[in-house]
Amino acid sequence: MTELLNMGGYAVFVWSAYGVTLGVLGLMVLDSVMRLKRRQAELERLEGSAE
Amino acid sequence: MTGSLHRFANPARFQRLARAVLPWCAGGAALAFVAGLYLSLVTSPPDYQQGDTVRIMYVHVPAAWMALGAYTTMALASAVALIWRHRLGDLIAQSAAPIGAGFTVIALATGMLWGQPMWGTFWVWDARLTSVLVLLFLYLGYIALVHAFDDPERGAKAGAILALVGWINVPIVKFSVDWWNTLHQPASISRFAKPAIHPDILTPLLMMAAAYMLLFATLLLLRVRAAILEHRLRTLAMARAQG
Repeated sequence: MTELLNMGGYAVFVWSAYGVTLGVLGLMVLDSVMRLKRRQAELERLEGSAE
Repeated sequence: MTGSLHRFANPARFQRLARAVLPWCAGGAALAFVAGLYLSLVTSPPDYQQGDTVRIMYVHVPAAWMALGAYTTMALASAVALIWRHRLGDLIAQSAAPIGAGFTVIALATGMLWGQPMWGTFWVWDARLTSVLVLLFLYLGYIALVHAFDDPERGAKAGAILALVGWINVPIVKFSVDWWNTLHQPASISRFAKPAIHPDILTPLLMMAAAYMLLFATLLLLRVRAAILEHRLRTLAMARAQG
């Protein structure tokens, strides 16, 4: 386990690279889901009040 | 032509299709990520020259592939929008841009974190690194241009032209390592040659590539769905303002 965390002395670089990757991907997922949810809620509100 | 193509280009039809496909793409992406991360971080061996930094390749190389793939998607969708004047083409292109920019940021950041321990520097202005930075600016320029007009149709048209002209950068990125003397290493995987990589390293790389591709599809579908709803919201607001 410590061997895995240590990454042969390159821990800072390897884990930062994976951290940045998952961080950016996570932000993109969050933004894309929230964007759709917001539009859906807005449309429901508008179409609901139209009737 | 109108029959077959426009049937799929119908927004309501697209929404139904996207709703059906989305859970499969999202589920597949999640599974591929779990498998890919396990393979790249735990089971794959360190490289005999690069040690454990070789593991950065598994998040770096597929990100670069997707950065180019997303741009090509954007250019193709823009061509469809310009030639057949179909809105859906613009919506797909505009939805692909921020995802492509995200993958480009990942490719650049992980590349720098790999360059520092292996080359002794985070950045060099060699042809590969510079052309990928240009790719990021093309994405950002496209996004800014699309939103720079009051009339979204004009913004979409200007963006589509930029996306198409800017595509010239994609083969430049791809072949920069062959055309110029770069510090960046040449491609390890070629479609025409047997890969020069051991399966222990090739398998995690391809698994991560599959994960990235499925995630790209998931994000693109989510964003196009949101863009179609936004279009409808605008139409509704306009009808209200007039009525």
